[in-house]
Amino acid sequence: MASSFRCTDPCLHLFHAGDCGLPTSSSREQKATEDIVANCFRYFKNCLDIETDIPMLHRRKHEAFLMKGLQHLSESYECLDASRPWLCYWILHSLELLSIDLPEGMASQVAQFLAKCQCPDGGFAGGPGQLAHLAPTYAAVNALCIIGTDEAFKVIDRPALQRYLLRMRTPEGAFKMHEGGEVDIRGAYCAASAARLTNVATKAMFDGTAEWVVSCQTYEGGFAGEPGLEAHGGYSFCGLAALVLLGHERLCDISALLRWTANRQMAFEGGFQGRTNKLVDGCYSFWQGGAFPLMHMILSKEKDDTLSADSWMFHQGALQEYLLICCQHQGGGLIDKPGKPRDFYHTCYCLSGLSVAQHLTEGRLEHTQVTGCASNEVKRTHPVFNIGLDSVLSAHAFFEALPVP
Amino acid sequence: ISHAVRDCYDYFRAILRKDERSERAFELTADAAALNPANYTVWHFRRILLKDLGKNLQDELDYITEVIHDHPKNYQVWHHRRVVVDWLRNASDEIDFTRLILTHDAKNYHAWQHRQWVLREFDLWDAELDYIDDLLEEDIRNNSAWNQRYYVISKTSKFTDEVIAREVSYTKEKINNVPNNESAWNYLRGVLLDTEMYKYSGLMTFCEELFSQSIRSPHLLAFMVDCYQEMLNAKCEDKEEVLAKALKLLKGLEEEYDTIRCEYWKYLSVTLSSKYAGKLEQSSS
Repeated sequence: MASSFRCTDPCLHLFHAGDCGLPTSSSREQKATEDIVANCFRYFKNCLDIETDIPMLHRRKHEAFLMKGLQHLSESYECLDASRPWLCYWILHSLELLSIDLPEGMASQVAQFLAKCQCPDGGFAGGPGQLAHLAPTYAAVNALCIIGTDEAFKVIDRPALQRYLLRMRTPEGAFKMHEGGEVDIRGAYCAASAARLTNVATKAMFDGTAEWVVSCQTYEGGFAGEPGLEAHGGYSFCGLAALVLLGHERLCDISALLRWTANRQMAFEGGFQGRTNKLVDGCYSFWQGGAFPLMHMILSKEKDDTLSADSWMFHQGALQEYLLICCQHQGGGLIDKPGKPRDFYHTCYCLSGLSVAQHLTEGRLEHTQVTGCASNEVKRTHPVFNIGLDSVLSAHAFFEALPVP
Repeated sequence: ISHAVRDCYDYFRAILRKDERSERAFELTADAAALNPANYTVWHFRRILLKDLGKNLQDELDYITEVIHDHPKNYQVWHHRRVVVDWLRNASDEIDFTRLILTHDAKNYHAWQHRQWVLREFDLWDAELDYIDDLLEEDIRNNSAWNQRYYVISKTSKFTDEVIAREVSYTKEKINNVPNNESAWNYLRGVLLDTEMYKYSGLMTFCEELFSQSIRSPHLLAFMVDCYQEMLNAKCEDKEEVLAKALKLLKGLEEEYDTIRCEYWKYLSVTLSSKYAGKLEQSSS
């Protein structure tokens, strides 16, 4: 039994990063992190002698943490916080992955709260009375699609959303995050995702966008926030997903992207880092891990018959072990790495990464690989939008029936 | 939620609704930004007031310097700085300022983003390569510094034959010191992006020497695989031998030296075999 876990393999110590006799601050931080993770693995190994159903996803605890957050949200006080639609999305998507239904009336309350974050000129803001911003717009649209009721869908003022997205466009086809705001690759993804989900995309809206996104691919293979910067997990997902949404994935160098992304999985820890020579962080389980289904799809479209039919091109077992053994907070919620505080952002992206690591879906092919006890299985997530597959289907059913404004 | 936050927010919202362009409104944006520097609406309104009230932009730069020191990983404060520096058309503090931030966190993404903008917007490239040398001297694994090296060269001298030669030799030396440093290997690949690596003078020998010293860094093995693949692409002689060498390295990566990426290495093996082995059989039969 024990031998089926990578983290209990007696040879695992061979995969410490080491420092080749020349320690620097990067290698010292790396070693400290590996030490903490090794402690977790050792503790887990000892528990294996007395417990059989481990590692276990602590569903009850996570549910309690998430429901408390939701309660807090629905009180809908107005404050300076500028990421309230994000909180809605992170919590709702986490609950969705855990197959937890919202309490009576809650869906409606959240939808009404998000309606208050919508701006008269289109788009959603970080909170009521604030300026529209592409990130909360993406989050609000996702959250409303997860709620998935007619009431929720109808919150979105589609003609205004379309005008807002067009206003955020730069002449070259990139997107600024808000009026007078910064331009980076998140903008392209947030705009493309919201536009495609709600069926308001037009050709003019994304003219030149794919070319701009591709100019953010670096010599390492991943994408950067803007041309010239360093390849980074979050931005890389945004770049790839945007290209997929725009149907221009072939413009990027896919084998370089694959190499860079595959190399982000940590040989000892099993989780992903965001950039070369940086530390593992649970949230990159999705930002990096989520890129594999997209790359798999792109390669299979190109009729690559050498692709595996039952595994993504990363170590799905090792990622699940990292998430389940090192990233669960004792009091519920998931985290970056042992010792870090919990929050809804990490809870959402750790669970999303867990979903990707458990499920291979490719056309009609389905292959599930769950580490630990069977109840650890979470729902499938859509690798482009990162909401449940069912949520995408019902959103499409609703919005595709409406004409593009 | 504390009373202070609540009062400040209510007040700010009232002022925003009235679009009040006053000194007290300006002061209020500082209070609100202090309570939540991620509130982009506050910063946006503050910029409107800066222009409208004709505020001293140098004072504003001093102010945002303080705020960034307290919140170095926040999007809004860096964007605010960029706008203010752009309005001032004076970037004399920016190189030192970003250097100071990078002293505390050498990989701060926002600081690098700001620095790159300043370099290109104000044409301040002259001392940048020296600065990067210092950073890499301090931490050869600092990938942000390697990336900046690539950026500066691509924007200045460009990767001419001489520059490529210089950079290859620089990187080889760094790899010799720390063979398992992925940043250096990635940079080497980047420098040789438009060059056939296997043909590059001395590079294969360099790899083979490391290999003969029992170095089995996955980055070394992967680099050698890529060289062999280039040779196969170029329809080299001894195809079978080259393919066998590549497949052997890939097998080593998959089963021994880099097992975390076993699926990836397996995929490369299968791809390589299906692309070249079939043709080999045909040509040998």
